Amino acid sequence: MTAGLTTKTVKEILVDIDKCTGCRACEMACSAYHATPRYSSINPSKARIRVVCDEINDEYVPIRAGDYTPSECNGRHIYTIGGKQYSECSFCGASCPSRDYFVEPDSGLPLKCDMCESVPALEVPMCVKVCGAEALTYVEREVKREEKEQVKRGEIEIGLESLVKKHGVQAVIETMAQISKGLKP
Amino acid sequence: MRYAETGFNLEIDLSRGSIDKVETDPRDTELYLGGQGMAAKILFERVPADVDPFSPDNLLIFSTGLLHGTPAPAANRTVVNTFSPQTNLMSHSLFGGFFGPELKYAGYDRIIIRGKAPDLVYLYINNDKVEIRDATHLRGKGTTETGELIKKELNDQKVQVAAIGLAGENRVFMASIDHNHASAARGVGVIMGDKRLKAIAVRGTKELNIAHPAEMFEICQDIHLKMAASSGCGDWMADDEDDSFHHNHFAWGNARKRIKNYWSDELQERWTRWKYDHMDRQTGCYNCPKKCRNVMSWPGKPRFGYKCFGKDTYHMAAFLELDFSYEILGIAQEYGVDSYATPQVMAFALELLEAGILTDKDFPDMPADSRGRFFYLLEKIVRREGIGDILANSVSHAAKQIGNGAEAYDHNTVKKFEQLPIKLGKVNPAFFLMLATGEKMSITQIEGSFPQDPLPTQEERDEFVKKWEAVPDDKFKEYFRNWKKKSEISDEATCDIVEWNEAMHYIDDAIGTCGFVSSFRGQFGGAVPYHVNNIPGIIALATGMEMDQQKLWKTAQRIRALVRAVNVRRGLRRKDERPPEDHWAVRNEEYEQNLLSKYYEFKGWTSEGIPTRQKLENLDLGYVADDLEQRGILKIDASATAGRPSAETVTG
Repeated sequence: MTAGLTTKTVKEILVDIDKCTGCRACEMACSAYHATPRYSSINPSKARIRVVCDEINDEYVPIRAGDYTPSECNGRHIYTIGGKQYSECSFCGASCPSRDYFVEPDSGLPLKCDMCESVPALEVPMCVKVCGAEALTYVEREVKREEKEQVKRGEIEIGLESLVKKHGVQAVIETMAQISKGLKP
Repeated sequence: MRYAETGFNLEIDLSRGSIDKVETDPRDTELYLGGQGMAAKILFERVPADVDPFSPDNLLIFSTGLLHGTPAPAANRTVVNTFSPQTNLMSHSLFGGFFGPELKYAGYDRIIIRGKAPDLVYLYINNDKVEIRDATHLRGKGTTETGELIKKELNDQKVQVAAIGLAGENRVFMASIDHNHASAARGVGVIMGDKRLKAIAVRGTKELNIAHPAEMFEICQDIHLKMAASSGCGDWMADDEDDSFHHNHFAWGNARKRIKNYWSDELQERWTRWKYDHMDRQTGCYNCPKKCRNVMSWPGKPRFGYKCFGKDTYHMAAFLELDFSYEILGIAQEYGVDSYATPQVMAFALELLEAGILTDKDFPDMPADSRGRFFYLLEKIVRREGIGDILANSVSHAAKQIGNGAEAYDHNTVKKFEQLPIKLGKVNPAFFLMLATGEKMSITQIEGSFPQDPLPTQEERDEFVKKWEAVPDDKFKEYFRNWKKKSEISDEATCDIVEWNEAMHYIDDAIGTCGFVSSFRGQFGGAVPYHVNNIPGIIALATGMEMDQQKLWKTAQRIRALVRAVNVRRGLRRKDERPPEDHWAVRNEEYEQNLLSKYYEFKGWTSEGIPTRQKLENLDLGYVADDLEQRGILKIDASATAGRPSAETVTG
């Protein structure tokens, strides 16, 4: 592995949970912006940002859709912040089979935040724009990091890996052998 | 395709256990928009005038506003209508939060409930899956407690729940319907309880379509940011610790006593400390940047949320301080009682005790101090125990039942409904008309666009009107420029002002926008984000309907006239339209009655306050005129029926 330091711009949305009023304007705006055609429909359950809202226990936490996780966590921790208890799920932005955040309600496919970078990209993500409470702020940071050679993975590799995950390596090898027997070179 | 609305009603019959999804007629949307407008049409058509509010034939309607679920900010107030046993007239109530938009996303514009369940049930709506479920395990549970339990039971935190507490279950007239920390007051919880419906839980994950989405989004985004930055909208009481306005001017006890120099710096400091030592946060409603609700945790009591004058009613009725309101509000909210009407009922009972009309025997084991007495009375009322069973029927009905001179203590109701405890010196003409003729029962639901007070100098008045975008017509600017003393204003101006004030509420309550950014707020500064000049454009973009200022104004008048007709059919007449006799110290019966007559005429109503055929036909309500004539409420007279064939033959 080689090479020197490069700078990369990291884009982030910072969340101040004490400022969130739970109005869910971010969900409305996100779902509108990501509708096709743009703004054509409103549906907060398709938003890539959700306010985890529990009025009774005074929990108001906006979270953004991160990567898909194939399984739910084993241990879910409880955190106490400012005297209030939050479950780990309140902060985790993963699209996760154990809960219905960030899952497209009709197809069940995972949703992921793209920081509104689709063409043309917004200067500031839509959710931050509409947050009147200023609980969400957008920051760009320059970070220096060691350049790593990017390993580009092919379609076949990714496909095979998911098969291995599902059926185990032995089954995949056996099946491959089985199939290749019947094939002409 | 329907835009901004789903085009479906959810029809529930609790007696038969039936659930139907019924498509609606888009032509009705053109005429009545949604919210209270559509509900008034349904109540007119489907509830015969002689139906007792406690009959299974009475309907309880939860409506979304036309703009709920669209990008329009602060369009989130759910409208609840039914017939009230307290007034025997149409009940109109609203609550903020998330319920209405969620119902739209579930695919319904409104829920129409008739019949009565054999025992407590709750309604669960999850998109197309709708169930009537057993709720006997929720009997006696608090309002927010019920919401929590239902969320747990359904294993879904995102469900929005509206529920009644013990007061509603026991058919207390002052019972509210509560959703999180938002509360629908003015007599709707009693009917939900009578129908044995403990709660409604809604979850919706469907799309809502907009006719001109990109343009609408841009305009709404602009309004949203202006709202967030403006101090001229939202509930200023959420942040302003100087509450001398209510405490020095409103009456304490049973709307009885003014304490003109009550407020002091020392008191403000102490009360501010109580507030911030116990406030968890300020919260907002769906898609609104304002944070009007203060959420409090008072030691040893349930957490609660309050807004506006709701923070003052209990301690002012009890002659106590703010800490008492903080102590009792959490409990009262869980029981689900109207925080405006209930403290007045309690103060009324204590006055009767003092006057000897009720005696100690009526209040067994009641504590001696005011604090203890209010808690005692709350328990008696929500359980309908002993004297509580009578008091639970509201001041007017209780006064009649108790008799023995108690009626004289019922001095702050209009149309049998408890009013804000305001007792002033000179008549403010517009407020006289609003209190007399309002059918939303509380002045807060009628007043609001034209300023409450004139400004002292001509320069200030001129400056004010220059920036005044909300006026429907330039004549209002002239009225304001020439207005120097509160009680001195022409009758013509008064009629116009009342019509404008009221029209804005009828618009808000049809499209679902909140009064704090629209109809209620202009009276304190003029600059409101929503007004009759920009709402038509937003409705047009959302729905694809043609809409302009004139058409919207006419729509507001149409709904207004329809509500009047609904109530006229149930007996509402001129004699009922009287503000409390002691509302102002100085009265002039002749002037007031003359003003009322002028207003009736201006509205196109008869001298009894009944809309004329001509007026109704102008508002596309010919079918209402037919009905009123058939019942003999409107006389079929030749001059009013000109244009109809039969009339022509008579005159010809």
